[in-house]
Amino acid sequence: MNAIGIIFANLHERNIPELTSSRTIGSVPFGCRYRLIDFILSNMVNSGITDVRVVTQYNYGSLMDHIGSGKDWDLARRSGGIKVLPPSIRYNQGGYTGGAHSRLESLVGISESIAHIKEDYVIMADCDGICNIDLNAILNDHIAHGADITMMVKRVQLHGPLSETASIVTADEDGKITDIAMNPKFAKGEKDVALNISVINTSYLQNVVREAIAHGFTSLTRDVMMRNKEERNYRIYRYDGAFATISSMEDYFATNMDLIRVSEFRHALFGVEQRPVLTKVRNSAPTRYTDGSCAKNSLIADGCTIDGTVENCILFRGVKIGRGAAVKNCILFQDTVVGENVFMNCVISDKNTVIRDGNVLSGHPSKPYYIGKSQML
Amino acid sequence: MFQKKECVVMLLAGGQGSRLYTLTETTAKPAVQFGGKYRIIDFPLSNCINSGLDTVGVLTQYQPLVLNEYIGNGEPWDLDRTRGGVMVLPPYQGKKGADWYSGTANAIYQNLNFIDRYDPDYVLILSGDHIYKMDYAAMLAYHKKMNADCTISVLEVPLSEASRFGIMNADEQGKIYEFEEKPKKPKSTKASMGIYIFNAKLLKDYLIADEADPKSQKDFGKNIIPKMLADGRAMYAYPFVGYWKDVGTIASLWEANMDLLGTKPAFDLYDQKWRIFSRTSARPAQFIGEDAKITGSLVSEGCELHGYVEDSVLFDGVTAAPGAVVRDSVIMSGTKIEAGARVEYSIVDADTVIGAGAVIGEKNDEAKIAVIGTKLHIPAGMQIAAGEMVNEAKLSELKDKKTEA
Repeated sequence: MNAIGIIFANLHERNIPELTSSRTIGSVPFGCRYRLIDFILSNMVNSGITDVRVVTQYNYGSLMDHIGSGKDWDLARRSGGIKVLPPSIRYNQGGYTGGAHSRLESLVGISESIAHIKEDYVIMADCDGICNIDLNAILNDHIAHGADITMMVKRVQLHGPLSETASIVTADEDGKITDIAMNPKFAKGEKDVALNISVINTSYLQNVVREAIAHGFTSLTRDVMMRNKEERNYRIYRYDGAFATISSMEDYFATNMDLIRVSEFRHALFGVEQRPVLTKVRNSAPTRYTDGSCAKNSLIADGCTIDGTVENCILFRGVKIGRGAAVKNCILFQDTVVGENVFMNCVISDKNTVIRDGNVLSGHPSKPYYIGKSQML
Repeated sequence: MFQKKECVVMLLAGGQGSRLYTLTETTAKPAVQFGGKYRIIDFPLSNCINSGLDTVGVLTQYQPLVLNEYIGNGEPWDLDRTRGGVMVLPPYQGKKGADWYSGTANAIYQNLNFIDRYDPDYVLILSGDHIYKMDYAAMLAYHKKMNADCTISVLEVPLSEASRFGIMNADEQGKIYEFEEKPKKPKSTKASMGIYIFNAKLLKDYLIADEADPKSQKDFGKNIIPKMLADGRAMYAYPFVGYWKDVGTIASLWEANMDLLGTKPAFDLYDQKWRIFSRTSARPAQFIGEDAKITGSLVSEGCELHGYVEDSVLFDGVTAAPGAVVRDSVIMSGTKIEAGARVEYSIVDADTVIGAGAVIGEKNDEAKIAVIGTKLHIPAGMQIAAGEMVNEAKLSELKDKKTEA
């Protein structure tokens, strides 16, 4: 593929503050064994991209740990491969000058890396989207139309309130973008919502970054695209397959549950021949079901021990469910230990959480009860 | 330039494993799947790295494709090293001719050049067909402490079973004075586990001498060990305590899988201090459906289960349709069990389809295990008797019989 990938690992974190207090949005656990970044990363790799750059600003310990050398995505390469680009502090700039909160600021931060891209196109993506997509389709569409930037959108029926970071794109009949509403917060009717995946010509990107540095631009949409929409060819590419955006805790909970409830969604993500979702492989033993186990309608990772009742749950690796416990509609992260005779409903437990014997905990699907990392109840 | 290694491991993995019948038709025995996500060779390889031994030669010969691909660069076991690491050693053509490995001793003899590169003090010989956890470093320490020429790891077995093994008769200090291969009247119960540590230089001398002997069968148990004993070498029996199972037969392979089940399993895969590593690909988590009931079992990633699973071991990507029943069985990767099929006391190899309503094996007390080979399609409603071995030829025979009837 004549393109490289740039992934923004920190954008939209304020949408799910609980889960991103100690990690990037890219390293938020999802679907029993994945991190959010796995989906876009796998899409890139399965589409033939062999050079991926991950831009990050803070909280990136878990991200670096997850990506490692990149071998799990076949991105441990001598040429290309995956590179995590944390902020670089320069002596003559007087230290760290603060985080980059937008795509353009992030791109300016890695301007040197961008200056040396040899491929003709760049696919840029955030980590808040969950999908299994062949990116060749959007790239070919971009090339065929001679576009400068092509934004992937999905046509959806909106009913009112929108998440803070959702953008609505308006295009003419030919697909040329005429307007982008950043964070409208409220919209009704059939609209094209941005999926935060786009294609840009490398030479144009290099140009945009130079301009941004010269003029202090901070927003790709406002300062670049809206100013130049007449002269430049900005286009939309409509994707109509399965796609979920994580823009709140409620979204996060519901999308996890959809993996169980909606088998079409699960198969659209995980059942695509030749396009597996790749992730860091941890050597866990198989999951053990004891004589006292009763599991139904659940998605369960390896390395768990199920000695109680589990219903409509997402269990990450190494979770232990004690004898007599009943766990329903819960998302339990890696190595959560649920004691004996515990009752839980609509709970999200972060890594290494311990819920001691006999506890009763309940949240609500719109407001799941969240237990922080390594807490003991 | 090769770094000197104190101990080089030679892992014998060329065995055909003919007593595993259809399971080893296209795969070497060490590559046979075990325990829900492992292959037999994972156990000695994990033992090596957990014991701090990082230079391993794997001798392959019979059907090596799957095994070679599986070992690859050794990365899953942390054996992808710049200095040392794992190396697959197939038979090769030399200047004076080309030979298959004609025996265990001959296999090592042909690879003395590999051993010499690391100039080791000791050579550890392992075989790739046992399930166990063992600290080879402790055995090496024992070997050094005893100032031994050769140390053989032994396991106490019941007297009634001793005649199935090579028995080491040793004095109180552990010094071996007699070795009997499968004795009719065993004098002791110390069974050889096929794990040897030799002083490297001495081993080399014996292998060269053995190679020159036209009457020798080129085998450690039959030739090298008896010869060293006859020469009065310092040979010691290292007592191993713990779980050890030769999985060379269908019944023992099935039993070893069953030993993983239960709340206090005979063999624990969950020991964080002695982890067993394996090469796995990232499959999605296992999905347990609305109507499923899973008890007393091990289940791996990528499974999609809607039926009943009881006291069984399921590898990755197994599917069980609603109404399917799996009991006391081992189902290997990617096998599909269709609606209403019943599988009991069976081992089903990878990527096979058990048609709707088929009945495979049945409960019995004699460990008569039905075996279904890989990539077969058992037609709907077919019945396979307890203890039956089904490969492609057998299946078409059964189908013909069915049409005649």
